[in-house]
Amino acid sequence: MNVLPLMVALPLGMGFLIPMVSRKNRRTADVLGNLATLSLLIMSLYLFRIGNQIYFMGGWKPPLGINLVLDGLSAFFLLIVNLVAFIVTLYSVDYMEIYTSKLRYYSLFLLMLAGMNGVVLTGDIFNLFVFLEIAVISAYALVGFGTEAEELEASFKYLVLGTVSSVFILLGIGFLYSLTGTLNLADIGSKISGISGGHAFWFVVILFVFGFGLKAALVPFHAWLPDAHPSAPASISAVLSGLLIKALGIYPFLRIFYNIFGFPLLETRFIPQILMFLGGASMLTGALLALVQNDIKRMFAYSSISNIGYIVIAFSLGTPLGIMAALLHTFVHATSKALLFLSAGSLEYRLETRDIKKMGGLMEKMPITGISGDIGFLSLAGIPPLAGFWSKLFIILALLDAGRLGWAIFTILVSVLTLGYYLRMNRYVFFGPLKNNLQRIKESPVFMTASMLILSLITVFLGVILLPHLRSIVLDPAVRTLINGTKYISMVMGG
Amino acid sequence: MSEKEGLSVIVKVVTRWIVGFVLLFGLYIVIFGHLTPGGGFPGGVIIAGTFVLLTLAFGKDTPLRKLNSTLASELDSTGAIIFLGIALLGLYFGSFFAENFLTKLPSSYFKLFSAGVIPWANLAIGLKVGASIFMVFIILSVTRVVGLPNGEKKMTRKPTGRRK
Repeated sequence: MNVLPLMVALPLGMGFLIPMVSRKNRRTADVLGNLATLSLLIMSLYLFRIGNQIYFMGGWKPPLGINLVLDGLSAFFLLIVNLVAFIVTLYSVDYMEIYTSKLRYYSLFLLMLAGMNGVVLTGDIFNLFVFLEIAVISAYALVGFGTEAEELEASFKYLVLGTVSSVFILLGIGFLYSLTGTLNLADIGSKISGISGGHAFWFVVILFVFGFGLKAALVPFHAWLPDAHPSAPASISAVLSGLLIKALGIYPFLRIFYNIFGFPLLETRFIPQILMFLGGASMLTGALLALVQNDIKRMFAYSSISNIGYIVIAFSLGTPLGIMAALLHTFVHATSKALLFLSAGSLEYRLETRDIKKMGGLMEKMPITGISGDIGFLSLAGIPPLAGFWSKLFIILALLDAGRLGWAIFTILVSVLTLGYYLRMNRYVFFGPLKNNLQRIKESPVFMTASMLILSLITVFLGVILLPHLRSIVLDPAVRTLINGTKYISMVMGG
Repeated sequence: MSEKEGLSVIVKVVTRWIVGFVLLFGLYIVIFGHLTPGGGFPGGVIIAGTFVLLTLAFGKDTPLRKLNSTLASELDSTGAIIFLGIALLGLYFGSFFAENFLTKLPSSYFKLFSAGVIPWANLAIGLKVGASIFMVFIILSVTRVVGLPNGEKKMTRKPTGRRK
């Protein structure tokens, strides 16, 4: 039996099963939710042994039917998504006790996961849109999960802007369908070559830059993120910042622009140039705004915008080194930012505040939270030998390699800003004098600390030991998929 | 069923006559989905429409007595799981996920029992859509925004029924 359709079917089925069977006993929801994400993680690791594979849903061959495509890039994103999702569900066992309805939480969470896995696996552009909507609609509900005024407002803002971006994407898909008469990604790729110079084609490209740029929170389109990510429960913030903006924003960019449109975008410098400026603006704006935040989760949210900028700058270079750096930074940011949000959630769980001015000296009271928060911050600030240092180094090297000296210097300057706001956070939260009202604070419950420890270990070992293995097994196939460009088309249509 | 709730007696009597036919029409659209225009989704919407009609005419207690929100939410999940189950059976008996694994004899074309798993999938979708649209309507109608004395606004559940 093939596991590829189960990557989508398992979380979808569990999402509907959990609210039915665990109404009586809450623990059932915990067990089922964690089992689902654990088996997804194991399956996503197993997929690396399979190699490239095309799966025809219902036995219908493309271009008629919907197909799932597993190649290096999908396998890479599946690994990130399911790794972080498993750790987050483990964390939710204790953390979500402070909210009311765990059943609905797991249900929505697994639907969001099904949506992300579906976006990453599908080979059909309309199917991609449907999975994208499944993921974001669950995310709207999860952002407003606490149902306080602030959370509902953030959720509504996210809903409005998210719908605008979905409309852009849907309009783009509609134009593409009218141009090519097909919705299969590979088939679109094979038919678009004749018409790629036309105005309609460029309109589609611009619509996709708007739509997916809004989903990825690139700078002119970032307004929803600093509200939505802090307002969600911390476990959901970790998924939104770590995974959702990448699986729904960055992945479709890479897949469509490299594998489907390929040739016109790599030859003309127009779109890469736009993406580079958007990325640079994101890096600088995110970092500058993060410097002045007092809300710890809001600071991390702005930092996410800044890091998306790094990723976009690196992959819009189009060189193998740039793509490798972008993917590595995607991995590093997913794990480290998830770790930071989980630590912030742990602080919020005990202190019931997110204001860093009201914290202080918490390293001695909450050592595990403190250490994992510090590992996350050191990694993202780019301190050797942690993983974040290597990914930033590769980005800078890729920029130098492509002859963009100015951009390289700019990236180094922004990294200094990044170090600045993380040091400020560290100074106020974990070090400094312990406040009197915080004397009775205890460390968080066991599932929360355990999941933070696992993620810290991954972050540390990633930089110190695992990097060569990660590169040869996980990163290189993904880079090859993107470098080969439109060979994706012949792979799908031929297989 | 209290006389005070809902709309006038004319509306109630007409609704009582019509509602069975509307439900029957919805079921027809679902069951004949693979032969005539329609299918699980439109049929499910019509089925949910009967409950919405009952709510409008009699107030929300009458439909909720027939189908309370817990049951509706479970029917909703059941529909989704049946649909997924049919797709997984395709993987088990056939060779692909969502494969139409039942035999499709040419002699059965245009008969009610034809098209393999499509009618069963339509039934599952009808169940899912009917239950979830009813749930959406109930949830939209049981909550409202009230102004608190201090000027803030709060979303709250309406008190059930007009008890006198």
